[in-house]
Amino acid sequence: MAGVKTWLDSWPVYRQLTGADPFGRGSAARSKATDATVSRTATADKVVKSVCPYCAVGCAQNVYVKDEKIVQIEGDPNSPINRGRLCPKGSASKQLVTSPSRVTTVRYRRPYGTEWEDLDLDTAMEMIADRVLAAREKGWQVEDGPADNRRRVNRTMGIASLGGATLDNEENYLMKKLYSALGAIQIENQARI
Amino acid sequence: MPGLGASFGRGGATNFLEDLANSDCIVIEGSNMAECHPVGFQWVGEAKARGAKVIHIDPRFTRTSAIADLHVPLRIGTDIAFLGGLIKYVLDNELYFKDYVVAYTNAAALVNDEFVDTEDLDGLFSGFDAENNIYDETSWSYDPGEQDAATEQPAEAAEQEHEEDAPEVKASDRGQAAGSGGPPIPSKPHRDETLQHPRSVFQILKRHFARYTPEMVSEVCGIEPEVFEQVAQWVTSNSNRDRTTAWVYSVGWTQHSVGAQYIRTCSILQTLLGNIGRPGGGIMALRGHASIQGSTDVPTLFNLLPGYLPMPHADQHGTLDEYVADAAGKAGFWGNKRAYMTSLLKAWWGENATAENDFAFDYLPKINGDHSSYQTIADMIAGKVSGYFLVGENPGVGHPNSRMNRFGLANLDWLVVRDLQMIESATFWKEGPEHETGELSPDTVGTEVFFMPAATHVEKEGTFTQTQRVLQWRHKAVEPPNDARSDLWFFYHLGRILRDRLKDSPDPRDRPLLDLTWDYPVEGETQDPDAAAVLREINGFGPDGQLLNSYLQMKDDGSTSGGCWIYCGVYADGVNQAARRKPAKEQGAVASEWGWAWPLNRRMLYNRASADPEGKPWSERKAYVWWDEDAGEWTGKDVPDFERNKRPDYEPPEGAKAQDALAGTDPFVMQGDGKAWLYAPAGLVDGPLPTHYEPAESVVENAFYSQQANPTMEHIEGPWNRENPAQSEVFPFQVTTYRLTEHHTAGAMSRTLPYLSELQPEFFVEVSPELARLRGLSNGEYATLISARTAIEAKVLVTERVRPIKLRNGTVVHQIGMPYHWSYAGISTGDAANDLLGIVLDSNTHIQESKVSSCDIVPGRRPRGPELLEYVESYRRRAGVDSGRVTRNGGAPRVAPMDGQQEGS
Amino acid sequence: MTSISSVSAAFTGRDPGNRLYGPVPDVTEQSGYEPEHPKRVGFFTDTSVCIGCKACEVACKEWNTLPMDDSHGVRDALGDLSGMSYDNTGQLGANSWRHVAFIEQSRAVDLPMPSFGRPGDDRPHAHGMPAPDTGDLNSTATAQASVLNAEALSEFDPQTGQSGADKQVRWLMSSDVCKHCTHAGCLDVCPTGALFRTEFGTVVVQQDICNGCGYCVASCPYGVIDQRKDDGRVFKCTMCYDRLTDGLMPACATACPTQSIQFGDLDELQARADARLATLQDQGVETARLYGRDESDGVGGVGAFFLLLDEPEVYGLPPDPIVTTRDLPAMWKAAGKAALMMVGVAVTAIVGSRRPR
Repeated sequence: MAGVKTWLDSWPVYRQLTGADPFGRGSAARSKATDATVSRTATADKVVKSVCPYCAVGCAQNVYVKDEKIVQIEGDPNSPINRGRLCPKGSASKQLVTSPSRVTTVRYRRPYGTEWEDLDLDTAMEMIADRVLAAREKGWQVEDGPADNRRRVNRTMGIASLGGATLDNEENYLMKKLYSALGAIQIENQARI
Repeated sequence: MPGLGASFGRGGATNFLEDLANSDCIVIEGSNMAECHPVGFQWVGEAKARGAKVIHIDPRFTRTSAIADLHVPLRIGTDIAFLGGLIKYVLDNELYFKDYVVAYTNAAALVNDEFVDTEDLDGLFSGFDAENNIYDETSWSYDPGEQDAATEQPAEAAEQEHEEDAPEVKASDRGQAAGSGGPPIPSKPHRDETLQHPRSVFQILKRHFARYTPEMVSEVCGIEPEVFEQVAQWVTSNSNRDRTTAWVYSVGWTQHSVGAQYIRTCSILQTLLGNIGRPGGGIMALRGHASIQGSTDVPTLFNLLPGYLPMPHADQHGTLDEYVADAAGKAGFWGNKRAYMTSLLKAWWGENATAENDFAFDYLPKINGDHSSYQTIADMIAGKVSGYFLVGENPGVGHPNSRMNRFGLANLDWLVVRDLQMIESATFWKEGPEHETGELSPDTVGTEVFFMPAATHVEKEGTFTQTQRVLQWRHKAVEPPNDARSDLWFFYHLGRILRDRLKDSPDPRDRPLLDLTWDYPVEGETQDPDAAAVLREINGFGPDGQLLNSYLQMKDDGSTSGGCWIYCGVYADGVNQAARRKPAKEQGAVASEWGWAWPLNRRMLYNRASADPEGKPWSERKAYVWWDEDAGEWTGKDVPDFERNKRPDYEPPEGAKAQDALAGTDPFVMQGDGKAWLYAPAGLVDGPLPTHYEPAESVVENAFYSQQANPTMEHIEGPWNRENPAQSEVFPFQVTTYRLTEHHTAGAMSRTLPYLSELQPEFFVEVSPELARLRGLSNGEYATLISARTAIEAKVLVTERVRPIKLRNGTVVHQIGMPYHWSYAGISTGDAANDLLGIVLDSNTHIQESKVSSCDIVPGRRPRGPELLEYVESYRRRAGVDSGRVTRNGGAPRVAPMDGQQEGS
Repeated sequence: MTSISSVSAAFTGRDPGNRLYGPVPDVTEQSGYEPEHPKRVGFFTDTSVCIGCKACEVACKEWNTLPMDDSHGVRDALGDLSGMSYDNTGQLGANSWRHVAFIEQSRAVDLPMPSFGRPGDDRPHAHGMPAPDTGDLNSTATAQASVLNAEALSEFDPQTGQSGADKQVRWLMSSDVCKHCTHAGCLDVCPTGALFRTEFGTVVVQQDICNGCGYCVASCPYGVIDQRKDDGRVFKCTMCYDRLTDGLMPACATACPTQSIQFGDLDELQARADARLATLQDQGVETARLYGRDESDGVGGVGAFFLLLDEPEVYGLPPDPIVTTRDLPAMWKAAGKAALMMVGVAVTAIVGSRRPR
């Protein structure tokens, strides 16, 4: 009979008729799935501290990670700047990471090519290095200025760069350092815009 | 931000977002804060809940206006007139904070007797060179004080000599360098503390703004005098010992041909009102990208090195001595420039930088002109640039005249695009609008394109510097997928490969690369470099190899290193201070233990000015930092932006240098005279005082002076950048560009995301019901907008929130609003607003005037294909503009423009 | 089965506990939870500080993994620009559990009898033609001054150009959501027990039970609950039931930058709302009013209530919502056998609707 009783207990109508919820609108109506409800914030493996990549308010984010995947990004309530709040873009930042249209492999378009091609990452790095050296050489200037006022410049006009202002400070730093050592000066950033 | 730099000494917002809650009045002007910085806007809401007045001054009624106490719909491009009117109001009614003004500003300074104001030259200052459209700034300088030591400073003499040698050298690089350190001035000036001397800054100011009357403001800005009066009342009644007013701006001010001067006008007003360096006061520069402040602090900008040190100029900076000459022996913290620069050189070239080789100063390439983004695009079209790196930037959508940008890309040998999504700047060769018109095609474009997938913000570690100079460290949450890598990885490994290729090179040209310090530890399967190691290098090390705690420890003898002096201290005590996350509830309102702010964790700049000259708070209500006589130090709620133990009554002894030459009453410690500048004797190329000029493509005549527009405005000429004539009947409407809350800049981070795309699914423009009637436009239907650059189509939103401005003479100025997020890629698509715009630049900043241009608007969709080219050409002909026809890949035609089919050489 | 009529107020025609209508002191306990159940929680949406950023919409979708939709219920499709101010979501639906309404109002200030033209009036409707842009006077709105600019208005017109431009603009924004009614029609009519009241006093659809019958859709006085077209089941705001179990606030309230959406214990929110209303009225904002706060209204008060700055209709809210099952007891008394039949149908529906898991 115990088995029957258990079975009966799990039958909503039985619970409804015998329990404190005669209309079956509350406790008696709960399904197994409802009883098993768990927030994915509670099951995350870790919470990583980050900062929103959109505007410059600098909203702190909590990034919930489960099985090496991002399962949720929301505001960090400890932050004195945003107090846990995010705008629609910040709230969409998980989608920024997990977007299906994100391109995660190297794509290559050869001169006058009509389509993209695949390219190995290491090969691409070597090809870019080749081109940097050639462009640097091609655009090298020892001196510049009007004929009556030549000045030493030791630079290349063959390479230019434009960065977005979502670059980290460390990234900007290495870029400026490397470009300067190469003699490249046409180095710009969204910050100009 | 030379507007702020030249006024106060540093190019950063003076206060912090949370401090807005302490304001008694907040004026948001040149910013749509609620839409573009929604989370920051909570602090405006906080102030409002405490009873503060919120005023929004903007051509459009936006989501910011919706919850302001007052919206002032001024005509686009007239903020200097409005603010100038407020300055006059404050001066005429003696509503300035007199004790503050006398003690902390240069109001009492005397100016060179050769200076002539715009009042006397009908809109020009003295020193204008009409042939080259530049100013010689000599006559703007202070009347030198007796302590002028120029003749005793050989290096400085050399500097002056160089300037005389090369008068064509623009001050732009110096203007930008004022990002952290006021522009160099020869010496402290003569002063008249009564402010009565006719050549005192105060009297010059009065004369300069004499014509900025309420009536003039009304006529030029198109607003009621009563509205102006209300703003003036609220602002002035909330600016005194007990109360403070904050001003908030963003790119609504910077993106003008007189953008830096917009900010200067505000700086003058806020200084007169005594609102700088005080809680609830200040000027909040709101920046639009996660680390745009960081991108100027540690710049990838052509004219700057880290910490706002200028890039060496070929004509001026042959040696390290010459480079630091302008700062040698100067007052203020800029006086230590040599120590900052030497430390930078040591960080970059390590043991290869020695006193014998001038600390490898000569390894740095030299600039000698405008090498900014737009000039570089023109150079690309001319075939002068071989390779281009786009690192998280999409100029084919996000930059004004993006059509011209695409032509630039089409003329490269190679292009590296690092991004998350396949952006338009990577696909222009087969999908752009010029593909449709036949101007570009895969057959003609030889550009080799490498798309290198990037890591997102949670897939790498590092710091962003947010809008109020706070560095916050991000930890890595997950590994980037597949080939995606951080930009740190890319540039580190590119450098590693290049150094390896050249390791046996005997060419001295390769020494800077081979001698570079480039040995960062790497970790993990992908060999990702350690960002913390880079941040430590930026912070700098002492002779003992210990991390520095403060830039005051930096030496000019090569014994210290540091990649960015203003960031020195981010690793104080060997701890990554940017990674601090002490919960807000566990610390005071200033929250000094959350992240780290430059300089030296000071959250509010110039906060010595929150106390009176004796060091006492101006009022209990506005107490912030004060002098504690018993402890012999400055103390308070924040880290003092002042030498902690310098007494308020300190007077510099004879011959004092750098910070020692500043008195205990000089709060603006980066300025050569320690004062806030009402008048800028140096640092700006278009005048020591702001002057109202009409925008380049204004439909209105300048009512103030016969000088219509900024005389120093920079133009970039070519068939792809034709300018609409001012006051043209062919292009009769003003158009302004902006962002929406739902999207982000050029759209790669928003138009690709479903949740954001559905909120604003299509490109649209906003017009008033009056303009809709005038041009037959219907809500929800298409319209075509035309300029001398091109024609684009957009859906129309007809709304009362956009208002025509009627001027006194009966002229009606119609203004069109145009968000600029769209192009052809992604989920939510449309024509690119920036295709419509041309490029003219503020000569101080080389920033474009994208906030105001002109156009025509007609109902219906635009012509397709080659018909589009003829359609736009017909407009150019009618407007008397040169042809915009281009040859293969956007090249300029060699002969006169041809009618009909373009040549395909 | 005879015990039914003795335990069920509904079948006696008496409803002493107000189980279907009127104020209820503890709706959670009434739903069968132990007396020490959590306090009833809710949303207080203060539209006077809403900046229309739509963070609530996105945070909701991110958390609940709802699909993008075209504003007409077609999932994963992009809609056209609506032309309705900045509102491209349209309304609450199966795929949008938060919806921010944008209402543009302008007022001619020079006229002796100022009037609001509602922006919807001069815009083309879903598939219609533009309506005339004047003439639709809203009698209640005529009395209202611009609320947020109230002080400014008393002195001059902030929107008036010197040329005699005669318009004054107000832009109202409000984030709508399921009201989690005290007397929830959806819950009362649900034959399968898919809809239930949680221990937090909120009303939630159990997706493992819903069979898509759709009775609830017609029974909601606010038109909130909606069937997903390609799925059949109904969906609506759960007040982030799963997050509540982890002690977190719902995603929308967590994100909201300006605290327009406040989450908390309902009694505390009610006190806060009353104070906020008093403050606004002290400031002269006479048009401010609470909506859904009154427990004697047609749904017994709601769990998600609002501070509005204009008539509810202006925001697309029903002025006097009444739970559709209000008259059920009387009906059942008159037709007891029919009621018993309904229970039978319900049981059949529950058994028949069990989905394979």
